[in-house]
Amino acid sequence: MTGQPFHRSRAEMLQERPAPITSVGVIGWMRANLFSTWLNVALTLSALALLALTVPPLIDWTFLDATFAGSAGKDCTGEGACWAWLDQRIHQFVYGFYPAEAYWRANLAVVLLVPAVGYLLFANLPYARYGRWFSLAYPVIAAFLLVGGLGLDVVRTDQFGGFVLNLVAGITGIVLSLPIGILLALGRRSRMPIVRTFSVAFIEFIRGVPLITLLFVAIILLPIFLPREVSLDQLVRVMVIITLFASAYMAEVIRGGLQAIPQGQYEAGQAMGLGYWQSMRLIVLPQALKISIPGIVNTFIGLFKDTTLVIIIGLFDILGQARLLQTNQDWLGKVDYETFLLAALFFFVICFGMSRYSINLEKRLDTTRR
Amino acid sequence: MPEAEAEAGPGGAEDPIIQIVGLNKWFGAFHVLRDIDLMVEARERIVICGPSGSGKSTLIRCINRLEEHQEGRVVVDGTELTHNLKNIDVIRREVGMVFQQFNLFPHLTVLENCTLAPIWVRKMPKAEAADIAMEYLTRVKIPEQADKYPGQLSGGQQQRVAIARSLCMRPKIMLFDEPTSALDPEMIKEVLDVMVDLAGTGMTMLVVTHEMGFARQVAHRVIFMDEGQIVEQNEPETFFNDPRSDRTKLFLSQILSH
Ligand SMILES: Nc1ncnc2c1ncn2[C@@H]1O[C@H](COP(=O)(O)OP(=O)(O)OP(=O)(O)O)[C@@H](O)[C@H]1O
Ligand SMILES: [Mg+2]
Repeated sequence: MTGQPFHRSRAEMLQERPAPITSVGVIGWMRANLFSTWLNVALTLSALALLALTVPPLIDWTFLDATFAGSAGKDCTGEGACWAWLDQRIHQFVYGFYPAEAYWRANLAVVLLVPAVGYLLFANLPYARYGRWFSLAYPVIAAFLLVGGLGLDVVRTDQFGGFVLNLVAGITGIVLSLPIGILLALGRRSRMPIVRTFSVAFIEFIRGVPLITLLFVAIILLPIFLPREVSLDQLVRVMVIITLFASAYMAEVIRGGLQAIPQGQYEAGQAMGLGYWQSMRLIVLPQALKISIPGIVNTFIGLFKDTTLVIIIGLFDILGQARLLQTNQDWLGKVDYETFLLAALFFFVICFGMSRYSINLEKRLDTTRR
Repeated sequence: MPEAEAEAGPGGAEDPIIQIVGLNKWFGAFHVLRDIDLMVEARERIVICGPSGSGKSTLIRCINRLEEHQEGRVVVDGTELTHNLKNIDVIRREVGMVFQQFNLFPHLTVLENCTLAPIWVRKMPKAEAADIAMEYLTRVKIPEQADKYPGQLSGGQQQRVAIARSLCMRPKIMLFDEPTSALDPEMIKEVLDVMVDLAGTGMTMLVVTHEMGFARQVAHRVIFMDEGQIVEQNEPETFFNDPRSDRTKLFLSQILSH
């Protein structure tokens, strides 16, 4: 049709050539990512303009024009932020009204958290055998350190506050909501009608009611119904509600993961003689949880931020401390955004850390490319 | 039939290792298995074929209770399959199964795939389980892949791992459900070779397959199923050369014509 001969062959094979300079290196990256289309060019330029408008004033306000020294609001005379309170008040942001002579106990509880979590997450640490036991015992150890008793001075839970309170409530919620969520997810897929109905009812009820409502019910209504002798610590009540709330969402996230596991995986396990719990633990859950990591971390982060709701039982977590300082006689009128900025920084560090860790975990668990 | 003839033939004085009597099964209202009677002797090798939807998979899945039957008796190695969970566990330990889609565990290495059941079901020490796994991985000719993940292997290699994984439980019976149907043509032979090799060890095998060369080479008996029933069964030569039923003839003409 084209008039060319049908048979053609190559006398010499082509040699490899380097890629054009415009497609590799910094220039290549910018072309591909920032200036690939006219829309992209416009977006890039607008973003740069926006940054130029906002970042320098923010840096000026936060650092360059800020006042760092002083003992009261009247010392803050500059244009910028007033950070003079940091020196006397930072411990209150971190520990709330926890007694100063017991700070070491809170510190130790947080420090011990590192190995406790480490031994749960990483299989190949030294002394792994004892480490697991330590992880299991950690909640008791931490509770003992924080609350006291048995020789240590008792700290009432209404003295808890600051970021330590957010950490305690958040970590308790995270540690408990995952297993409860797993059980609820399995329950919802169970063949036993009672288990299934209970799980569905629980999940749908909790998801259908705002968290703040649940908290009010637990704090204000519950004592009316319960006999007088039964008194549950208020902080415990809040933590239970926050945990259950997160568990319901967790259950749905994990159910999504479970549904993504092909039937063949269950069958292979059954055919080899593994029981239900063995199959779940060894075959199904490791895969389902891996798929669910983004959703799980999402729920964790949500839970962690919900810990600021302890304010409704009159406890001053880090956000409460931020508000408290704004209305303080010494600092009134001089300090407002600053304290929120500090609280935001604390939250950001933890939440961003969780998010980075989850990305790292996903990469590490990816068995398809290695 | 080269190595297949060498070892002792099936049966002998013992009872059949699998006894299926009057088996009926329904999926909802659909009568999928109808009055199946099947005796399988120890060391016997059976190939099951038949058109799609004829109930071949369902039949062999009734043997390890991946499917539950409603009528009739299924007795495996002297244990009857009932609702008794103990019996089901006992039988699953003795019966290995290889699936069309391999069903390897993607989050575990090849070696871990192979040692999982021995460790958790047979309560075998890890080191011993690993030794056995390496023995079978060598048998299926991929010991060097032991530390890789299934996702990094070719289909043929994955299916050989799946066979090794089943063998690590040292089962008395092996069930194969179309083990080569999901494979590219160039990989079918490597899997069939492993199965022929396994046949040489005297394993009792029930194989659902349309690989007629394999059936001729290895099977003691070929069973043809259609519409949930066993339509015809015979030893391979006669089955292929002189089928009796019209359905069998039609089926054979269809699969042999390409
Ligand atoms: N879980 C199930 N629920 C309802 N119907 C089913 C189920 N499993 C199989 N069937 C139906 O039962 C019939 C027999 O299925 P089976 O898988 O045993 O056929 P098969 O002979 O193995 O076919 P194939 O060659 O396609 O694998 C088919 O019509 C199928 O649609
Ligand atoms: Mg089938």
